[in-house]
Amino acid sequence: MSSTPQTLLEERAASRTAPARLARRSLRTWGLLAVGLVAALALPWVIYPPVAMDIACWALFAVALDILLGYTGLLSFGHAAYWGGSAYVTGLVAVHLGVPFPLAVLAGAVAAMLIALPVGYLSVRRAGIYFAMVTLAFAQMIFFLANQWRDVTGGENGLQSVPKTFFGITAVETDSFYFYYAALPIIVLGMWMAWRIVHSPFGRVLVSIRDNVPRARALGYDVEKYKIAAFVLSAGLAGLAGGLFAISHGFVSLQEVNWTTSGKVVLITVLGGIGTLWGGIVGAAIIVILEDQLASSGFEGIGIITGSVFVIVVLLFRRGVWGTALHAFRGRRGRRGRRAEEGAAGASGAGGDAPEPRAAADRPGLSDAEVVP
Amino acid sequence: MNDFLQYTIQGLAAGSFYAIAALGLAVIFGVLGVVNFAHGACYMLGAVVAAVLLDVTGLNFWWALLVVPLLLFGFGVVVERLFVQWLLRLEPLYNFLLTFGLSLFLVDLVKRRYGVSGLPYERPEILTGQLTLGALRLPTYQVFVFLFSVLVCLAVWLVMTRTRVGMIVRAATERPDVARALGVNVGRWVTPVFGFGIALAGLAGVLAAPFRAITADMGSSFIIILFAVVVIGGLGSIVGAVVAGFLVGLVEAFGQAYAQNFSQIVIFVLMAVVVLLRPAGLFGREERA
Repeated sequence: MSSTPQTLLEERAASRTAPARLARRSLRTWGLLAVGLVAALALPWVIYPPVAMDIACWALFAVALDILLGYTGLLSFGHAAYWGGSAYVTGLVAVHLGVPFPLAVLAGAVAAMLIALPVGYLSVRRAGIYFAMVTLAFAQMIFFLANQWRDVTGGENGLQSVPKTFFGITAVETDSFYFYYAALPIIVLGMWMAWRIVHSPFGRVLVSIRDNVPRARALGYDVEKYKIAAFVLSAGLAGLAGGLFAISHGFVSLQEVNWTTSGKVVLITVLGGIGTLWGGIVGAAIIVILEDQLASSGFEGIGIITGSVFVIVVLLFRRGVWGTALHAFRGRRGRRGRRAEEGAAGASGAGGDAPEPRAAADRPGLSDAEVVP
Repeated sequence: MNDFLQYTIQGLAAGSFYAIAALGLAVIFGVLGVVNFAHGACYMLGAVVAAVLLDVTGLNFWWALLVVPLLLFGFGVVVERLFVQWLLRLEPLYNFLLTFGLSLFLVDLVKRRYGVSGLPYERPEILTGQLTLGALRLPTYQVFVFLFSVLVCLAVWLVMTRTRVGMIVRAATERPDVARALGVNVGRWVTPVFGFGIALAGLAGVLAAPFRAITADMGSSFIIILFAVVVIGGLGSIVGAVVAGFLVGLVEAFGQAYAQNFSQIVIFVLMAVVVLLRPAGLFGREERA
């Protein structure tokens, strides 16, 4: 994870060639951050607070997944194992030790990383679609464990009455409105960590692995180690989100470790736009609100709707909501802006914007093995 | 000894479902490059359609073995024409996600129409009871399922190796670029092969109908085990799909017998070991990545 001469040089070169552009970009980035933070703070005023908490948790989960999917080019279809694994550990720690919930969540995140280490080690031996299947199958092991180990996890009944212990402050422990504000810093911290990971020299290596594995290897990077590290970090953040989710609901069900949960987070990420961290937040808001509306209107076939959304997004809307907005924004700036962008492509991050999103719709058929001319 | 044979035949019967369905998955993947996540849902459809046909038209099990795969072939052709064909040039990721969405849709549709409790299915009388071979007593239905699926797999293998169509499909599977250069119209085979793979999933479903609980969710754990099967066998390999299918069935049956609570986990442990020692699977070739 140390910075390497190549990336440092690239960053210096970037900061020399395009200072004005970077200043503009960082202004935009800060503006977006401010808007996002205000929106996060205002959320429980406009939406039922537990639903607001759900949005925040799923948003962090989607952002964690995007570190793998959007920035490393790995589709993990078993992230429920880390979200749900952490939910169980967090719940168990909260129930049996009675520590303040941030500590329980931390324990859950660490547990998620410990689960992810061997799974990542085994999974990175396969690429592409094989990786998806292997991660999915291993995640199912966690599901069976949670299902069978009844004494500890409660099996099909789930883990009941998880307390929101928080330094004896009753408002937080009983009122979901105040709980939201007590939990939000953990979400924001997780988001910030994801942002740091993606924008660090380490993140640049991940992107280079996504774009061209042989080239990354030729540059001297240990591709497998980077993939495992990204996998574990992503699992840790997913665990942070899952742990908070468990505390917020006061309950952990088998659903959290089921593969449909892995599918849901992929849907959220793709709907928002892969390779754009903001996309995960937008996607989470859309899906959670949609599900909440459907459930409260008494409609039971949620899978029919989410399945259709999946099909439509994959067929017609591959950039996702945020990706489409970003693309339109960039298109509007005309040829001049585009040329400037190309000039600094691959070294655009020193000032703070995200690495180029994967923009998969632009590059059909790109696989790990493909050589970019 | 008797117990041992009992578990073996039980495992081979369970493996039959996996082998036939995994064969369909492998053929689809080979020619289209699509990992069909909806395969479990199609297996479920096979069983549900068989049960509904029996209930509504009185179509018996033997006819269902023929009619249901034909119906699912048609269904597969429609799905390919409507959805899958638009994504063939893109990364496999998108087909995976598309078929995942389809699977959510189908499962929920069936759930809303037929509820969550199982549909009934009477097995034909000739297949009830037990076969007695000397001191051995084996459940007739399990023996039938095993023999039938071996026949199906053999037939597919013969078609693949002995006929012109099979050779074209194999060529398209192994090296689509070379096949194309030699004048094979690979694109023409894409739709029927997809339909054929779906039909195999449906056939596995019909076989399972008298044997398993028929519910909307029956495909959801099936597809996960199916993925373990193709990872173990090697996704590109047709032989691998069949051998690994029976192998996983056996592992599951013996797991159930000797480590009751953890029979499912044993399958994934087997998968972990295979990935560790032979990342490409038992019969797979190393992909170029």
